[in-house]
Amino acid sequence: MAARILFPLAVVLAIVAVALIGGSISFLQPLFSVALLYVAFAIFFFGFMAKVINWAKSPVPFRIPTTAGQEFSLPWIKWSKIDNPSTTGGVLLRMFFEVCLFRSLFRNMRTDLRSGWLIHSPTKWLWLLALGFHYSFLIIALRHLRLFVQPIPGFVETLDAVDGMFQIGIPPIYLTDIIILLAVSGLLIRRLCLPKVRFISLAADYFPLFLILGIVISGLLMRFVFRVDITAVKALANGIVSLHPVVPKGIGAIFFVHIALVSTLIAYFPFSKLMHMGGVFMSPTRNLANTNRMAYHENPWRKPPKFHSYEEYEDMYRDYMKEAGLPLERE
Amino acid sequence: MYDTGKVIIGLAIFACIFLFPFLYSHGSAAPKPKPSLDTPAIKALPQKKCVEDTKFMITTHMQFLNNWRDQALRDGNRWYVNKEGKKVWISLQNTCLRCHSNKKEFCDKCHNYAGVDPYCWDCHYDPNGSKL
Repeated sequence: MAARILFPLAVVLAIVAVALIGGSISFLQPLFSVALLYVAFAIFFFGFMAKVINWAKSPVPFRIPTTAGQEFSLPWIKWSKIDNPSTTGGVLLRMFFEVCLFRSLFRNMRTDLRSGWLIHSPTKWLWLLALGFHYSFLIIALRHLRLFVQPIPGFVETLDAVDGMFQIGIPPIYLTDIIILLAVSGLLIRRLCLPKVRFISLAADYFPLFLILGIVISGLLMRFVFRVDITAVKALANGIVSLHPVVPKGIGAIFFVHIALVSTLIAYFPFSKLMHMGGVFMSPTRNLANTNRMAYHENPWRKPPKFHSYEEYEDMYRDYMKEAGLPLERE
Repeated sequence: MYDTGKVIIGLAIFACIFLFPFLYSHGSAAPKPKPSLDTPAIKALPQKKCVEDTKFMITTHMQFLNNWRDQALRDGNRWYVNKEGKKVWISLQNTCLRCHSNKKEFCDKCHNYAGVDPYCWDCHYDPNGSKL
């Protein structure tokens, strides 16, 4: 079981080591920044599309929503409109709560055997860490737009100002940086320390966690400890999105570590559990209305059956049947 | 493909979000800013040198100035000794801005480019009168 943890950790450390070496050699820098990012962006974009289209090709012959509440029934039985929706509006609400607020994680329960009694109790840690992690990641990704585009859109500047509103230190530390560091560490500790979760955790579960932790740490080190020339970084990032890539001189090796880890994450994205970003919208247990009994659902792969009539059968075997003396309908 | 319309709408939204920086840039990069050193005080210097070396000043001036503030205002010690052993009077307005008297052409150039809004000017003002 240790290999499941140590192998992904070793891979992440190897990426860091390779990027540190590659980023310190000036003629390799274009390879470790521009080329790597273009390849990773392309894999992410087309891989994501291909995966979603592939999912959309799978037929869903029957409605299979998770029925997490009372289904629509007789008028005096209270219907759970969001947890067991049978209308489009209900499904939209359910999807909104699932995608934006992680409702199914909020319903997480723990089960303990306490002095002979089986006790179910609510536990919100997973929900809280997941929510903190995902929203921090989103805001951090949006904040990075300031390095990619010029002029900088107003909402990016607003996010930046709100995120750094406590003006602690120079450059100011962002709230999302603290939250994502705590949340990813918490999610990793959860996998490492809860025996049941550790039992079901695979290398593919640890790898994204180590990668994201590496990205966060390298980003923080770059901002606070091993400073790089931010205008050179912006020239590089802006060059990439404007399709006129340049690699300015004198960017520290830590930047290439950050880029290598990010590139690995987004290139790995379409092939991993991270595809739940697209998958949550495609999930038939969430996005289907429970109308199994209200509406007729035709099997999408239903084809008219091929009949083989007795006349055809007799035509096929007439000679043999005659030879064996079997009665024939037609001579 | 099933539910083709809905899936294509979803993928179009994904593509728009992902390609936003590429579309927003219209294929032309913004020029990298060159902070101007063209001020009378810098021209008069025998050797064009800041308090510390250029590379350090470019990457780390914000932390450096923050330490200056703490040293001057919290410890009351207004003398800074640089790596060459030279003593420098700690003052943003009287030391930094005496040479870099062109805030608009010097400070603001990179800060605007990188989307940085330093709070120096919440307390300080620019003695050379550029509007803050």
